[in-house]
Amino acid sequence: MTTTDLPRKVDADSVRAVSKKRNRGSATGGLRRAIAPTTLLWFLAGLYGIPVLWFVLSSFKPAGDLFSLPLTVFPENPTVSGYKAAWASANFAQYFINTTLVCVIATILTVGVSCCTGYALAKYDNKWLKAFFVCILATTMLPAEVMLAPLFLVVRDLGFYNSLTGIILPALLTATGCFMFRQFFLTVPDELIEAARIDGAKELSIFLRIMVPLSRPIALTLAILSFQWRWNDYIWPLLMLNDPEKFTVQIGIQSLVGAQSINWSVLLGGSVISMIPLIVVFLVFQKYVMNADINAGLKD
Amino acid sequence: MTKRASVESASPPSPSRRRSKYTLAPLVLIAANVVLFALFFVWPAVIGLVYSFTNYTGIGSFQFVGLDNYQKLLGDSTFYDAMTRTLLYTVLFVPLNFVLSLLIANVLVSKHAKGASVARLFFFIPWLLSPIIVGVLWRWLFGENFGLVNYLIEKVGGSAVPWQSNADLSLIVVVVAAAWAWTGFSMLLFIAAIKNVPTSYYEAASLDGAGPWRQFISITLPSIAPTSFIVILLNTIHAMKEYAVFASLNSGGPGTSNNLLVQYIYQTGFKAGQIGYASAASFVLMLILMGVAVIQMMVNRRVENR
Repeated sequence: MTTTDLPRKVDADSVRAVSKKRNRGSATGGLRRAIAPTTLLWFLAGLYGIPVLWFVLSSFKPAGDLFSLPLTVFPENPTVSGYKAAWASANFAQYFINTTLVCVIATILTVGVSCCTGYALAKYDNKWLKAFFVCILATTMLPAEVMLAPLFLVVRDLGFYNSLTGIILPALLTATGCFMFRQFFLTVPDELIEAARIDGAKELSIFLRIMVPLSRPIALTLAILSFQWRWNDYIWPLLMLNDPEKFTVQIGIQSLVGAQSINWSVLLGGSVISMIPLIVVFLVFQKYVMNADINAGLKD
Repeated sequence: MTKRASVESASPPSPSRRRSKYTLAPLVLIAANVVLFALFFVWPAVIGLVYSFTNYTGIGSFQFVGLDNYQKLLGDSTFYDAMTRTLLYTVLFVPLNFVLSLLIANVLVSKHAKGASVARLFFFIPWLLSPIIVGVLWRWLFGENFGLVNYLIEKVGGSAVPWQSNADLSLIVVVVAAAWAWTGFSMLLFIAAIKNVPTSYYEAASLDGAGPWRQFISITLPSIAPTSFIVILLNTIHAMKEYAVFASLNSGGPGTSNNLLVQYIYQTGFKAGQIGYASAASFVLMLILMGVAVIQMMVNRRVENR
């Protein structure tokens, strides 16, 4: 009996010690314990925020003040002349329309085909479906950049050179999208489909009426990712587009950088303008990206 | 008879019947992606391989030249420079991004850190910026005569650092810029992984007297190993095909010293019109990427089996 008593007593003691420590800690130590991680967190956040902040603040300086020493953090005579000049010069409005068109169409189509493929891969069991899944995963290993020249020839031979279609079509198949939808549909119980089948629903109407509405959160997450990829695309549109009327925003900005002498005032203004749409989209749909259980098979 | 027929149709379908029953629906569902896959993946991959054995220039006729392109590539010092520069960039970028995003993910999930949900935005916004903008932004920050960084260095008594005209310093700026921009993404993967580690592990460890560092080494790191693997793999692939950040930050310069592989392919293929030669270079890049994937898979398997 004594042998069993002894450890129990020790246990009780240690538990009491721990609980006492915790009680004492919660009042004063809670704050003290928060200091180190909070300081570190905000130190890092500052490091990450400063480049963007400096960039945005500089964009409000008049062209003459950009390089005048001493550099000031806040613009002394804030102005939006850089923005106005950027918007007026080099067809920026047209670039914006083109890019928005590409982003919206590509995003809708990407979500559509990914949803169909993901559903088929998750809910049907076939040898050739499995084979196709492996094929899709293989595309992550071979990004478009690796096949730049042959892909260019293919799209040119299809007659899409110098058109926005030529930018949109090759970008539609994404392993990430298919994979995200597949993972989601795997979690949807099969009984739902069986029940609908017993009620006489057709396969495709089960998909359209039941499964598509269910997958809304995944669709939104992929939509944001896809929008971001297409908005930020650079090398492929650069190859595809020849006509300045069809340029995208990124090409427009790079053409400012590539100029013999960079007009920083215009460049800063144009860059900040080009950042705005994505940041707005992201802030509105934040929770779909932040809480998404994004996993393997990601590719941009 | 009628009864028998109904029993037969109601009986659980054999695997082969079931398969044939649902062939059309999945086929319709994946049709679009199959077409896209054939058009924009299989076709270019095949003609790319074929063209890499020819002297095709993009127009007109071409002749098969056997392994000439590959032989020329082996003796091409520009190609070697581009490749070593790409590998150097990858070797610097991947660990830096890994350490930064893991550190930030850990701080963000720590329940003692205040204001994590707001701070998260600071780490995430750089990921939203396009590579071109990232390049412009850091070019502005690290300008040799006008940048904030050199201004501050001169302010505390140092002399201006040649961020643009020194090839190695220029590469380092790109590495830092890219690591800064890509933290948000890797961080998101790490946060999801760290949140999935059962809290009971940490409670048990702290009862045994393990400090935060010990807990991180012995619990967090092994538990998130699969995610670490994915982050390293994705970042390696991403780094090997980097182009846009260089294009806007230093235009692959000074001179051609920071031309990476994709830029080399772009220039030989589209500026110089040597499609066949560029295709050969593409296939070397593809082999490297596949090699990286295979090596990482093998390492990962060995670590998991241990």
